[in-house]
Amino acid sequence: MFDRERWYEIWLTITRNKIRSLLTAFGVFWGIFMLVLMSGSGRGLEEGITSGIKDFPKNSYYFFSMRTSEPYAGFAKGRNWSMHTSDIEILKSRFPEIDKISAIMFEWTEKNTLRNNKYGAYVIKGLSPDYLFIEPQQMRYGRYINEMDIRERRKVCVIGEQVYQEMFQPGENPLGELLHINGTAYQVIGVNIPVTKIQIGGRSEASIILPFSTMQQSCNRGDKIDCLALLINENFSVSALEDEMKSVIKKHNHIAPDDLQAVGGINVEKEFKMFSSLFMGIGILIWIVGLGTLLAGAVGISNIMLVTVRERTKEIGIRRALGASPRSILVQIMTETLVLTMLAGLAGLFMGVGLLCVVDMFMQNISLSGGNAFFAPPQISFATAVVALVVLLVTGLLAGLLPAWRALQIKAIDAIREE
Amino acid sequence: MIRLEQIHKTYHNGSPLHVLKGIDLEVEKGEMVSIMGASGSGKSTLLNILGILDDYDSGNYYLNNMLIKNLSETKAAEYRNRMIGFVFQSFNLISFKNAMENVALPLYYQNVSRKKRNMLAMEYLEKMGLREHAFHLPSELSGGQKQRIAIARALIAQPQIILADEPTGALDSKTSLEVMDLLKEVNNEGMTLVIVTHERDIAVRTNKIIHIKDGIIDSTEILK
Repeated sequence: MFDRERWYEIWLTITRNKIRSLLTAFGVFWGIFMLVLMSGSGRGLEEGITSGIKDFPKNSYYFFSMRTSEPYAGFAKGRNWSMHTSDIEILKSRFPEIDKISAIMFEWTEKNTLRNNKYGAYVIKGLSPDYLFIEPQQMRYGRYINEMDIRERRKVCVIGEQVYQEMFQPGENPLGELLHINGTAYQVIGVNIPVTKIQIGGRSEASIILPFSTMQQSCNRGDKIDCLALLINENFSVSALEDEMKSVIKKHNHIAPDDLQAVGGINVEKEFKMFSSLFMGIGILIWIVGLGTLLAGAVGISNIMLVTVRERTKEIGIRRALGASPRSILVQIMTETLVLTMLAGLAGLFMGVGLLCVVDMFMQNISLSGGNAFFAPPQISFATAVVALVVLLVTGLLAGLLPAWRALQIKAIDAIREE
Repeated sequence: MIRLEQIHKTYHNGSPLHVLKGIDLEVEKGEMVSIMGASGSGKSTLLNILGILDDYDSGNYYLNNMLIKNLSETKAAEYRNRMIGFVFQSFNLISFKNAMENVALPLYYQNVSRKKRNMLAMEYLEKMGLREHAFHLPSELSGGQKQRIAIARALIAQPQIILADEPTGALDSKTSLEVMDLLKEVNNEGMTLVIVTHERDIAVRTNKIIHIKDGIIDSTEILK
């Protein structure tokens, strides 16, 4: 039942008190505006972070050694111990679920790298070939270390992008060139660029990777290693194997089975889960705050409609006397409330989306010239917009309920008597 | 046309107030009846009951041989719309609608199309001699003009009766006579009218005066 007169009337009542309508509508406008803005930004943040880490394998685990906290097998507590190359072999043979496993060794010294008249200070890492899969790298030049390098303890290195830039001329082919690291010459076999933004033990760009066996030898570490990283087959969960793997390492290294401190570990799967629940939390928070703001707006609209009904008591009474059914009064008040809510809400929605688009444009420009690490252009999904609209509709209906009920209580006779 | 049998009405605002104490009344089709009484006599209450604006406690009210009792709000609204035309002392026009829209309003609630109801409204305004004021707002019109618009509005749905509550109460004597002439004309065309008034000058222009006193019909005066 589309009636021009009804819409004209609604328009009249809204515009009769322009400032009042505007101020009232602002509450709902602001609610939706903030909801759109916040959920857009939340998504941008999530998108930014997850795109930075999405290529990082989630089923990985890092073991490292710490002082023991229990005496065991003749050793006093508080012992410093190290993992050994043999731990790799034992874990590999005991857990077929392990896909990739790598030793990790670190060296930080000042001005440790030298080439011709250039020098720099970089993190020196000793790794296994498998590490390429645990912390993915893109090869800009050459190759990663391989089994042969490990077996023969070759004096070769893979350097990070920044090392390349600082030690070589732009465009120079680094492959086969020599680099002096802690006084020993190593041949450059590759240049790598990190794929993800998660980096363990210093930035990959400023790191030099040696075969861990070479590093054990040149740093006098014997068969000791600092850390042990592994990647579990994707059909298994690393969390389920965590405790079992720890007890194998404890047993092999003469550590009390109930020592909770000695074997340290980073469960990447768990960290990722924490991240995703963090984002869920942020999302929920955004909706709570947004809906709360919207609710405040709805209360404002409801309030002003109550005032309107009060002001129009006589008019409504006349209409009732002339034969307006309760339903038509109900429809009238409800439509007025809905129109006010929807107009305000749509304005908020469009302004919010518009602002996000502007920010998006700016950020596209920024990311072309360098890029921001952890924040992608904010955006709002179509589904979110639809949900916002539905919420708006429900809000409008709820806001109209009380004023409409009030309007229904008006009896023609009371209104006409009020003179 | 109207038949009231032993109508009682008590208001319960604080102490109970027995306003109508058994009213028996009959109004024939085409009659023009006035109801007179002092304030507080119950004449307004009686008019409200006749206009289905208020319920009564006991008795029976037949309008056009239909029992009007315990109606739902929706039903009451429909009957008011189709069977009763109201004329009020304070005109009760809707201030933001122009004369034509005010006249057409009862038809709006019958879902008559906008075009048709506006056309009809123009016809009735023409009858009232207000065609040239069709697009004026009530605030731009004189009291007499407003009351004529209200009469046009009461007539447009072609009701069974017209109920007028002090239709001349807010008008000067000259305009009052004009409005009464107009109502008489409407009556001559066959419409039944009930007019509540406390002015004898007005009442003597009807066929019958019903005097109400303390909630009962005190006397009935037949004129002409």
